[in-house]
Amino acid sequence: MIFSTARVLVPIVMALVVGGLILLALGKDPFAYYEYVVQRGLLSWSGFQQTVIRSAPLLLIASGLIVAFRAGIWNLGVDGQFLLAAVASAALAPVLIVVLPSWLTIVICCGVSIAVAMAWSVVPAFLKTRYGLNEIITTLMMTFLGISFANVLVKLPFNDPDNTVPQTMTLPVTDRLGRLFDTTIHSGIIISLVAVFAVHFVMTRTAFGLKLQIVGSNPRAAKHAGLNVGRLTFATFAISAGLVGLGGAVEILGVWGTMRADWNPAYGLLVIPLVFLARFHGIAVIGFTLLFAILMIGGESASRRMGVPNFYVLVLVALLLIFLALVEYLDHLSHKRKKA
Amino acid sequence: MNSAAGQTPAVSLHGITKQFPGVLANNNIFLDIHAGEVHALLGENGAGKSTLIGILAGMQQPDAGHIEIEGARVKIHSPRESLRLQIGTVFQHVVLVHSLTVIENLMLGGAWWRIHDRKTALVRFREISELLGVEIKPDVLVGRLSLGQQQQVEIIRALWHGGKVLVLDEPTSMLTPRGVEELGALMCRLAAQDVAIVFITHKLREAYAFGDRISVLRQGKLVGDILPEQLYDMNEEQATNEIIRLMFKSTVHEAESTEAEAFQREGQERHRRGVFDNSAPPMISLEHVSTHAERGECALHDIGFSVMPGEVFGIAGVDGNGQKHLAEVIAGQRPVLSGCIEVNGELTTDADVPARRRLGVRYITDERLDEGTVGGHSVATNLVLKEIGAPPFWRCFVTLWRRIFRYAREVIAAHDVRTPSEHTLLARLSGGNIQKVLLAREISTNASVVVFNKPTYGLDIHNTRLARERIVKAAESGIATIVISTELDELLELSDRIGVIFNGEMSGIVEKHAGAESEIGRLMTGAKAA
Repeated sequence: MIFSTARVLVPIVMALVVGGLILLALGKDPFAYYEYVVQRGLLSWSGFQQTVIRSAPLLLIASGLIVAFRAGIWNLGVDGQFLLAAVASAALAPVLIVVLPSWLTIVICCGVSIAVAMAWSVVPAFLKTRYGLNEIITTLMMTFLGISFANVLVKLPFNDPDNTVPQTMTLPVTDRLGRLFDTTIHSGIIISLVAVFAVHFVMTRTAFGLKLQIVGSNPRAAKHAGLNVGRLTFATFAISAGLVGLGGAVEILGVWGTMRADWNPAYGLLVIPLVFLARFHGIAVIGFTLLFAILMIGGESASRRMGVPNFYVLVLVALLLIFLALVEYLDHLSHKRKKA
Repeated sequence: MNSAAGQTPAVSLHGITKQFPGVLANNNIFLDIHAGEVHALLGENGAGKSTLIGILAGMQQPDAGHIEIEGARVKIHSPRESLRLQIGTVFQHVVLVHSLTVIENLMLGGAWWRIHDRKTALVRFREISELLGVEIKPDVLVGRLSLGQQQQVEIIRALWHGGKVLVLDEPTSMLTPRGVEELGALMCRLAAQDVAIVFITHKLREAYAFGDRISVLRQGKLVGDILPEQLYDMNEEQATNEIIRLMFKSTVHEAESTEAEAFQREGQERHRRGVFDNSAPPMISLEHVSTHAERGECALHDIGFSVMPGEVFGIAGVDGNGQKHLAEVIAGQRPVLSGCIEVNGELTTDADVPARRRLGVRYITDERLDEGTVGGHSVATNLVLKEIGAPPFWRCFVTLWRRIFRYAREVIAAHDVRTPSEHTLLARLSGGNIQKVLLAREISTNASVVVFNKPTYGLDIHNTRLARERIVKAAESGIATIVISTELDELLELSDRIGVIFNGEMSGIVEKHAGAESEIGRLMTGAKAA
């Protein structure tokens, strides 16, 4: 237990130190920067709320990735699935709200978004099960298509003519996902926490989760044990993409209420390293996501205030990954030496 | 075919020994390879042929022993060194770049700073082509060539830097019969040019047809040679019998021979019981079963046999003659092209693995780690691998881990699996203990048909004994037992009847009697039953 905590904490400290050195080289004061980030991302009330709001889509994407990665399927098409699902909700919600009550609109939008994202994952799933094509390539290709397609959808069929910028019609603030108590935090965070816990439970405590893991770690053994590898592969793609799609719906219905054609937060590629840092563990990923959200929110403020570029946050994440791998490697070496 | 007796051998191996974790791949091997001879090296999979080639090609270093080339002691510490010593190796699987032309492939080995010298390369290409007597256009893409032609390109490449020794690792495994003949002629021509050729195969007929000298490897040891002068005096049948004698019936486990004998006697005594009821309806029967083969596999043609409850039915044959397909067809892992399979009177031709399992069909695969288990999961998970989702370990799809762990602890104790705990990753266990886990998982309650595929492959004598005891016990409890093995001794000890498989067909079924051994040997090479 102590070891596993140290194995997470040591890389974090090392990343912060090396990141600080980089800041020094840029002529900035690292202590001031870190203090400001923590202040703005965590300790101030508005910053904290921002952080929690940002965590909601990240957590849903992370839960989708955990399902896929644990089943040995590298779904890297997250951004395409996310954006198309977002378009679906953004286009549907303002139309439905006119005739339906608010809660029903939200439920239907979430459902449609999930379905759209799932549909976008059918092609890679089919190509993998039928022809054994590597899903890393196919999901990436589908994500490029998806991003462009989402753009086209916003600009053409779902464009709001009353607006000069290309974007969809807007869902009124009062009809969006409900706020928690007196905060600005929307209830999407509840949905995403439920999703993360559900995924963790399914993967560790149910037959279905174990089957997925068996397929992931040794497909031949899965076949030998009589598992239907093809059907499980389709299911994995569908669940993974569905959760990502729900993330897109939550972000639109909770935060924006509309989708602009140039909006692409590219959360997918940001979350992948977090999921690896958490070693596909559902509970651990919550911590990493919160940490990352703090860095993002605080970093955005800091970039305006202190002139440290926004992407410096990504530098920190990259350093974290490198040091984590390093610690892992050293650990492996010492184990080997102990054995020999 | 000039015999090179009395000359210094082109290459000689002195006491080559190579140890891998858990396997003694090469055990004190002495081998002389002479110029102008085709030296056939025979052995089952895992006999240590590939390791020996790896050592000659400079890819592996022997733990003990040394190599002499024309009498001079050398150290082959890299593939480059091997080429410099004019040892060319053609590996089992083609390693050419398909999108490059023949001549481009051949020029690949050049130094990076040098400009490709096409002219000289073409001259050398013509030289070797002429020597080999092959006609390949140098500017055609390698991907367009047949497998046989690709192999010829590989041979040209192996001889590129001068050919003193040419090592061919199972070169016939991918070729058509015509391609095999051409290769034979080619080897003959090369031998006439005083090249020393090492021809590795596990097909007896080819060894006899093309070899001037035959050596047999078994479980890492050189168990015998047939010298050119001996081979010259033998006809095909005599040679084949001699090879089979060396391959299957020899002095294995010399060190533990007394123990081995004791345990063989013990096994036979236990098994000399004949308690199964011959008149009972068969527990499993196959009729006219055929399968479809992918490239490199051996399909089944029209296989039929049946096994009674409590009977041990052995399947003998040289490895790669359809044993894998047979096992998978019975387990329900592989679709049947035609024919039918009945288990306990029920037609199950199209039933999948879980359905067969419910009928009591169990399959212990020979690929314990690659197929039988999930190395990255716990011993406990592996024990219930084929029950996922079913009671009593799952209730409403929720995993009852505590119950699984308790069950695992019981099994570990009952079957004496040596593991730190039930949570230990399976890959950390030794081969013998992994086999115990597999046996415990498959031979549980309500098994009615059990297929053992090479149940003692790679196990030490102690675990071999345990595994064989399990097989006998399974049969005694009334299970229809099918044992697939390449060890004839093992089959003769365990089985009531032995079916011999050759080239995907059942070439005959032999009842256990005194002369069974030679009859099986003959059937294994493809002779039909009288």
